[in-house]
Amino acid sequence: MANKRNGSQTVKFDNPPRIISTGSIVGPKEGQGPLRLYFDEIIDDEMWGEKSWEKAESKIMRETFARILKKAARSPKDINYIIAGDLLNQCIAANYGIRESDVPFFGIFGACSTMAESMNIGAMLIDGGFADYVVCITSSHFCSAEKQFRFPLELGTQRTPTAQWTVTGSGGVLLSSDGTGPFITHATTGKIVDMGVKDANNMGAAMAPAAVDTLIAHFRDTGFLPEDYDLIVTGDLGYVGKNICQELMMKHGYDLSERYNDCGVMIYDLKKQDAHAGGSGCGCSATVLAGYIYEEINKGNLNNVLFVATGALFSPTSVQQGESIPAIAHAIRIQRIL
Amino acid sequence: MQNMIWTYINAFIVGGVICAAGQILIDKTKLTSARILVLFVTTGVILSALGVYQKIVDIGGAGATIPLSGFGYTLTRGVFRDVESLGILGAFTGGLKATAAGITAAILFGYIISVAAVPKAKR
Repeated sequence: MANKRNGSQTVKFDNPPRIISTGSIVGPKEGQGPLRLYFDEIIDDEMWGEKSWEKAESKIMRETFARILKKAARSPKDINYIIAGDLLNQCIAANYGIRESDVPFFGIFGACSTMAESMNIGAMLIDGGFADYVVCITSSHFCSAEKQFRFPLELGTQRTPTAQWTVTGSGGVLLSSDGTGPFITHATTGKIVDMGVKDANNMGAAMAPAAVDTLIAHFRDTGFLPEDYDLIVTGDLGYVGKNICQELMMKHGYDLSERYNDCGVMIYDLKKQDAHAGGSGCGCSATVLAGYIYEEINKGNLNNVLFVATGALFSPTSVQQGESIPAIAHAIRIQRIL
Repeated sequence: MQNMIWTYINAFIVGGVICAAGQILIDKTKLTSARILVLFVTTGVILSALGVYQKIVDIGGAGATIPLSGFGYTLTRGVFRDVESLGILGAFTGGLKATAAGITAAILFGYIISVAAVPKAKR
């Protein structure tokens, strides 16, 4: 019997996995943003001494992984699983970034929702008794993502105003079966939601209904209300998607109000930084979680956080063939003390 | 001297109007830059075939021939020229002949720049 199930989409952990360490490395643009003091390292050049954007992204993930372990004083042989993903074809940033780690590896793809997806799975592995230490890590890179999803930078194409800015960076967490917290108490796994949005330059609008779907599922399954949280944070809806999400939630009777924010909105300063509709990418929610959110929880400024990473599950091929953009959102409830 | 200044001003205005049209398409429509590129070339072809683009070139000079629509203009002129000398076969040969210098230069300089330059991120 699956006795840890708590409603149709949520699981409740008997022995809530702890987040005992995090790591975050970001690019120069993120390093000029409002959250710059929360990141472990800011690289001063997107290439970071490598010969391609893809290699640079792998290096960022590799170094982030090393930092997560170093901060927890663990070695790779202590880690039972790495669950990682990114935005590139065949998830090569993760495959090559984790190549030398010598740790059992699950590569996953949930687009920008990957951070919460990996933590969903990682927490289940730990509470299920299959692992004591799991690293969940994701990355994205502005330059490799532009090449993957839009146009190579060398083409010098102009960007549309609703387009979001892919975060250059990698963030990850080390989950453990033991420790003093913060704890992951619940995980709500999202369903694919497709409202027929076809504009790949307006992913906030495509992803907002998925975030709403998962938020409602979480509140329905657990009985929690928005007021039970200090912070409800979506992954990378950006300014456009954040407003849509808030309005839709209001229509469903949930007032997210002041406690709601979006990692894509938090990571850049819209007035000073030319980031159009805000940040996006696997690295967006991952670095904000590993940097800002984790530190604020440990400082005691945040006690209950609902982390809802959102992803647009399209490929350039599906867009060219006229398909709409399916989206997904996964949620993790993080609690400072039990 | 007076003439030369007006040549520059006219080229600036005509070229600027064409570029502004492109900017409006990027900002206000969902067209990708690749589609706008093709749209401009084909518009240049059609306007040239109708004889309209020649009038724009007469006013704007390089301001009309340098943008992508000018590439369409050159294509069409090449086709008309070869059709006159070769007949219907010219419709297939004229366009590429007339634009050969532009295409070759684009490939050559593109290659040289790609070898010499290091890509940088936008900030």
